[in-house]
Amino acid sequence: MQLEKFTYDNRLPKLFAYATIFWGLVGMLMGLIAALQLAFPVLNFSELLPNFAFGRLRPVHTNAVIFAFVGNGIFTAVYYSIPRLLKTPMWSEKLGRIHFWGWQLIIVSAAVTLLLGFTQGKEYAELEWPIDIAITLIWVVFGINMFGTIFTRRERHLYVAIWFFIGSWVTVAMLHIVNAFVVPVGLFKSYSVYAGVQDALVQWWYGHNAVAFFLTTPYLGLMYYFLPKAAERPIYSYRLSIIHFWSLIFLYIWAGPHHLLYTAVPDWAQSLGTVFSIMLLLPSWGGMLNGLFTLRGAWDKVREDPVLKFFVVGVTCYGMSTFEGPMMSLKNVNAISHYSDWTVAHVHIGALGWNGFLTFGMLYWLLPRLFNTKLFSTKLANTHFWLGTLGIIIYAIPMYMAAFRSYFMMKSFTPEGQLEYQFMDVVNATIPFYILRALGGALYLGGLIMMIYNVYKTTKQGEFVETEEAEAAPLPKIYNTPKNSLWHSFIERKPLLLLVLSLLVVSIGGIIELIPTYLVKSNVPTISSVQPYTPLELQGRDIYIREGCYNCHSQQIRPFRYEVARYGEYSKAGEFVYDHPYQWGSKRTGPDLARVGGKYPDSWHFFHMLKPSDIVEKSIMPSYPFLFEKEVNLGTTKSKIHAMRKMGVPYPNNYEDIANDDLMKQADQIVENLKTAEIEIDAKKEIVALIAYLQRLGKDIKVETAQK
Amino acid sequence: MKVANYLSTIDGVAIYPVISLVLFVTFFGLVTLWILRMNSKELEHIERLPLDDK
Repeated sequence: MQLEKFTYDNRLPKLFAYATIFWGLVGMLMGLIAALQLAFPVLNFSELLPNFAFGRLRPVHTNAVIFAFVGNGIFTAVYYSIPRLLKTPMWSEKLGRIHFWGWQLIIVSAAVTLLLGFTQGKEYAELEWPIDIAITLIWVVFGINMFGTIFTRRERHLYVAIWFFIGSWVTVAMLHIVNAFVVPVGLFKSYSVYAGVQDALVQWWYGHNAVAFFLTTPYLGLMYYFLPKAAERPIYSYRLSIIHFWSLIFLYIWAGPHHLLYTAVPDWAQSLGTVFSIMLLLPSWGGMLNGLFTLRGAWDKVREDPVLKFFVVGVTCYGMSTFEGPMMSLKNVNAISHYSDWTVAHVHIGALGWNGFLTFGMLYWLLPRLFNTKLFSTKLANTHFWLGTLGIIIYAIPMYMAAFRSYFMMKSFTPEGQLEYQFMDVVNATIPFYILRALGGALYLGGLIMMIYNVYKTTKQGEFVETEEAEAAPLPKIYNTPKNSLWHSFIERKPLLLLVLSLLVVSIGGIIELIPTYLVKSNVPTISSVQPYTPLELQGRDIYIREGCYNCHSQQIRPFRYEVARYGEYSKAGEFVYDHPYQWGSKRTGPDLARVGGKYPDSWHFFHMLKPSDIVEKSIMPSYPFLFEKEVNLGTTKSKIHAMRKMGVPYPNNYEDIANDDLMKQADQIVENLKTAEIEIDAKKEIVALIAYLQRLGKDIKVETAQK
Repeated sequence: MKVANYLSTIDGVAIYPVISLVLFVTFFGLVTLWILRMNSKELEHIERLPLDDK
């Protein structure tokens, strides 16, 4: 058959590779600053830069690392590997460019809006609705380009890496859309349509699978392509890779509720999350072993080649964190790990080890080839490898120690039955570990800077190969199925079928888990004393969300003696029915706030927000002086109440018209209370609204108890 | 009002975990059958795809 000539375009992989490096630097730098802020609160720069406090910076760090660094890493791999695996250029150069610039624009607008305090208040899904829409559009552009390429291919079979890319694309689309259902109340403000328990379940169904289908499966595609290339031998077992793919995508989607163990989420959903998390161990380790065994007989190369070193440690970290994850899903282990620094260590084994090292390995392999040269310095790359490895270790181990130390301190009672330690004692005990963790992060970042220099020198000594010539026979119209080939090989020749089947497989878990959460709505027994937030409390709650308080404070008390003794009665599902979005949080750097209402006088909160360390000695919380300057935007009250009622919050009809009157009445009352402590403040200031919200938290259920 | 076990009001909620298990075992069985019956010549071609892309 006549061979057809065509070219592979290297310009887009190069652009994406550069973006990966750039955003890696930004994201990790933000992470390092955030880590230092926890040890040295002065770095929040509260007086100078109100936008820079931990609560706003941490989402910038997580979003930058996940969607900017890893995101661009995925696209680098896709734009380089798919044309070569399918023997055809990318379908559309123009769509590729729209994809690239669109994605970078989304990242920049994400960073800016997050620092400005525009947030949905849900972890890893903080971006407000206009950016969510932009993400959807660019994701579709990416999908069209990918499928366009697949449909114009010259290779009948889709290699397993492409399955992982297809599966990731369709699942991320589904997760993103379902989790992002909001009612906008302004250009950069919206409320989740889900509330309380329901919102928590949807959010962690999304959050867990963002880890699965953004940080894991596309990177498995990357592994299945670049590891064999670097090792110059095929994957250890292609059969195993098929099992890996199907069982991984099937199981992953169910495991979300393991983020909500011991919370007010129904017991059966928690158990389902645990069981599927344990089962996940098998495909994950199958994949890890498949990667490592690929190097059988080639281990001598690992000694020399920094690319393989990065891959080996990266894949090992995948194995470690996918062993750790299922263990953390066991309820007894989760009792220790949840809300603690253990979770932070766990994700960083994944992010620094698996995603980071796989990215570095890919870039060290790819960039010299794009520039038709050798790597400028193998020695420097090896130093990067050791610095990075050391960085991961020095990051993770202190975090594990901090987790156990704080656990044992938190649950310690005196012989008289009193809690032995104040929350602040526990915080003080973990600060040395925070400093060590920052050191680990700094080493890792140092390694990245070495890579940037190495890459720069490499590109200078070589010449960029814009396009590469290639030739292949066109795809014959009729395919002669080989003998013994059954229905199975059929699927891998049918990309659309593969797409539909992947969607079906990931939907099963989603449907079985989420449908009951809709039933929950009609089944959560209304606790009669739980009332909607007053307009002032609602405005205060939005300030709480804006400042990202949920990054350090949970609002969910687990049914343990040491939690109930410290924070009050454990949380009930019925208490959160008006919480759009829920604010349970996932980490307690500060104490739980679910029942902070009424615990302290208004004046306590006033001074505490002004300068926490004046009230709680050695507090590491940032100060919020600007809340005492800025006024609540009363113009938004109407649309906020209106949106809430649309979602079923029982405000009386037309209440929005008089809501601001009630708001001012309540604010004046708080101002009066503060006067008794000799504090003068204007009732319209934001601090008044925030105090109203904090004083409300967890109080409703106390009313009921009192009535009884 | 006792809120701890509110989902008991959904009829037969216990069926969910069973459905999940049956689904997965069936699915896993099918995938295993698939890979066992794959044509090894085809397989050899596919697994070499990343290596010969020139």
